[in-house]
Amino acid sequence: MTMIGLEIHCQLTNLNSKLFCSCKANYREFEINENICPVCMGLPGSLPKLNQEAVKKATIIAMALNCTTPEKIAFFRKNYFYPDSPKNFQITQLNIYGDTSVGGTGSVMVGDKKIRITRIQLEEDPGRLIYEGSSSKNQITLVDYNRAGTPLVEIVTEPDFETPKEVRDFLNILSDILANLGVADPSLEGAMRADANVSIEGGKKVEIKNIGSFHDLEKAAHFEITRQKSHHSRDIEIIQETRHWDDKRKITISSRSKEEELDYRYFLEGDIPWVKIDPEIQKKLQTEMPESISSKKQRYVSKYNIPAQVSDVLSSDKYYSDLFEEAHTESNAKEVANIITTELMGLVDTREKRKASKFTSTHLRDLADAIQSGKVSRNSSKNALHEILKSGKDLSTVISELDLGNVSDESELSGFITQVISEEPQAVEQAKSNPQTINYLVGKVMQKTKGKADPVMTRDMLKKQIGV
Amino acid sequence: MNLNISALDYIQEVKTGNISAEDFIAKTIERIQSVDDKLHAFLSVNDDAINQARVIDKKIKSGEKVGDCFGMPISVKDNMCIKDSKTTCASKMLENFIAPYDATVISKLKQQDAIFVGKVNMDEFAMGLTTEFSAYGPSKNPWNMECVPGGSSGGSAVSVSALECVASLGSDTGGSVRNPASFCSTVGYKPTYGLISRYGLISYANSIEQIGPLTRTVKDTAFMLNLISGIDPNDNTTMDNKNEDYLSGIESGIEGKKIGIVKEMMGEGIDPAVLTATKDAIAKLEGLGAVCEEISFDMVKYSVAAYYTITATEAGSNLARYDNIRYGYDFPLEGYEFNSYISKARRNFGPEVTRRMIIGGFVPSAGHAGKYFLKALKVKSKLTKEVNDAFKKFDFLISPTVPILPFKLGEKIDDPVSLFLVDINTVTANLTGKPAISIPFANSNGLPIGIQLMADSMNDKSLLQAAYALEQTVSLPEVPI
Ligand SMILES: [Zn+2]
Repeated sequence: MTMIGLEIHCQLTNLNSKLFCSCKANYREFEINENICPVCMGLPGSLPKLNQEAVKKATIIAMALNCTTPEKIAFFRKNYFYPDSPKNFQITQLNIYGDTSVGGTGSVMVGDKKIRITRIQLEEDPGRLIYEGSSSKNQITLVDYNRAGTPLVEIVTEPDFETPKEVRDFLNILSDILANLGVADPSLEGAMRADANVSIEGGKKVEIKNIGSFHDLEKAAHFEITRQKSHHSRDIEIIQETRHWDDKRKITISSRSKEEELDYRYFLEGDIPWVKIDPEIQKKLQTEMPESISSKKQRYVSKYNIPAQVSDVLSSDKYYSDLFEEAHTESNAKEVANIITTELMGLVDTREKRKASKFTSTHLRDLADAIQSGKVSRNSSKNALHEILKSGKDLSTVISELDLGNVSDESELSGFITQVISEEPQAVEQAKSNPQTINYLVGKVMQKTKGKADPVMTRDMLKKQIGV
Repeated sequence: MNLNISALDYIQEVKTGNISAEDFIAKTIERIQSVDDKLHAFLSVNDDAINQARVIDKKIKSGEKVGDCFGMPISVKDNMCIKDSKTTCASKMLENFIAPYDATVISKLKQQDAIFVGKVNMDEFAMGLTTEFSAYGPSKNPWNMECVPGGSSGGSAVSVSALECVASLGSDTGGSVRNPASFCSTVGYKPTYGLISRYGLISYANSIEQIGPLTRTVKDTAFMLNLISGIDPNDNTTMDNKNEDYLSGIESGIEGKKIGIVKEMMGEGIDPAVLTATKDAIAKLEGLGAVCEEISFDMVKYSVAAYYTITATEAGSNLARYDNIRYGYDFPLEGYEFNSYISKARRNFGPEVTRRMIIGGFVPSAGHAGKYFLKALKVKSKLTKEVNDAFKKFDFLISPTVPILPFKLGEKIDDPVSLFLVDINTVTANLTGKPAISIPFANSNGLPIGIQLMADSMNDKSLLQAAYALEQTVSLPEVPI
């Protein structure tokens, strides 16, 4: 049997400041070593100043993952020397001296399978190492401390995964949940990282580190299972070790570091007093929590009669569900959902595209209303959408500039219809005997109007003129 | 001009125009130049001090608002950050470290127009009791230059005692303010844990240490506390003292107060002169209407062992950052990888720091923590309970600050175990977070003896009242230098 467990690190990217100082949590827009201060540089005499908002957000995550939440939390020092760690210790949390971490045991459903959470802890991200120089002889390591002290939530699971696919599904669900909570933007480069531990047939546990993306994590797990199975079948001993994922060769490599022998000498961080998170505070946080993905989905189905599959897609992506929530009205909800899931999704599927697009919920509402009222055909609406994404102009401007408005003027339309009737005598005769075939003529009118004819109106007028 | 003047008197004199800040600072600098060759209290002297005094004099003359210190010269232990000045912790590791920011106590005193005349000597990273472990050479006791001044805030005590400043800031992890205060005949104060911000104080054992003033009088200590205590957003362990005025009511006396005489702090090894002085102090307090009674603490005999275990553990972690990569001293990086570089660079720590680092790597390590570090924490919590219980009955606890007299330089430096016993009376206040004060009380053949009073947490104000009452019973000789 294969057992895979995960340690997921998620930056709380939506916070203003770092975990223990006033530097920005969003370090990505700074020049190297510009987002630093005495505290996150660990300068002599500096002290950590706990970001209470980070504690709240981490607690919200623990609640959303159905974890137990203690009434008091504490921070500990994990002591180790590493160049990216300015104090040569990391302020983190643990549960070995009682449950003092923001989250205790919990669970997440992945389909019908329950994945157990071991614990959730709040900690600081280290700095970032940059390697320069070609050969190992003249290689130098530079450190950028802009990231040091960024609030990080570590989510540890039990080894409940049996296949890489389950891992992938879980990570997708988890990032959707975190995004939906508004605590993090998992699509940001490096915002979510994971280590995996893999064992087969009850054998030794192998830890895989340095996995850059979730896609690679699935691959790394797959590779590691195959490697271990091949060892197993040849009676080669699988040793307990840490292996690194080689991004280029797509294999795991023994890191030969004696990491498992490191003694972190954990002890209480005296500079940060215990933080009280009593039931009253927890209750308040519960009320501040955004609606969960599953509750959203249910609401879309029951209130707006949106198909379950569409609701699923809509609710699990915060970008789409936010758009939906802002754009929809009682009457256009289904149309809004339809535009998002059939048109928009293909156009703004990456973080970059979303950032570049000038599309707003107002555009979306206008577009749905225009389709419903026949002002623009579904066909033309696609062109309008493309244009809006690019230019951000409002819908009416786009319709008139691109001449996308439906031909719904009776006299204009009747001109096209007369033309089609005279050009297609055979089809007209057929339609008279079999009214189903009138769609062919509707299509011809559509061709002539470049898709702008109001289909319902066209059909009605055709029927009238032919006399069926 | 008389440099032997209290802070409050100095302020009065400047306020009334009897002396100018510039004259006083100039005289102080002269004094430092004439005596510090012998005493070695200072590691660096502020060469801008006279200019700063002129600015303050100008403010006074023009009727501008002047801060409460009126240019009073203060020395600062070299483990507190003053922006743009060297902060070495008396270590070669930080030989070239220039602090880019002010400690909270420093910015508070700057706002009150204090003048920092210089940074003063200490045991390296505050680890020691004699100031002999300074990487820049020991300080001498102004009462007898063959003797140690105590430590680790030795430079602070020497500079106040030898009239090289009016007051000083020290730090007290296990007695580091009170011990040199006692050896040099100054007042030394260790406040309730959390009363004074530690932001900008270079950590040694952060869970128990506090910054504390060393002054000539108890009133001066109360005055300093008024300026530097209180909650600080940059130090999460500070407490709100609601802007307490420690000077008001300081003369209230101790009539009817109950004082516990700690048996274990006057036991084996105590110097007869110290014992006599302590008994005399008790008699004086009784004469003022206090009720004194012996009390015994089971945990005190374990307190020094617990203290060294906890401080070594925290120091091992707090000093890990000194890898010389971001700041430190000149030692080029080329040709090394990280691990070999830091193990070379970190050899610049002195012998006592190294000793404690090694202990600090061992006592909390997996497989040993249960026997050492966790056991020490148990002692700490049991001791705290005992002391808390005692304060249900007593207002104060009394003992000598140090059971022995100042000893000769070099006499105990190679005998760390016997040196550690010098801590026995002072570490309890740190392990329990309680406020404690050392009051200059007697002089035995030219060597000072201090008396320690301890109070319950956040009772700093009443502790100062008791200390003031005792101080009024004392008459001591002038410093012989
Ligand atoms: Zn910072």
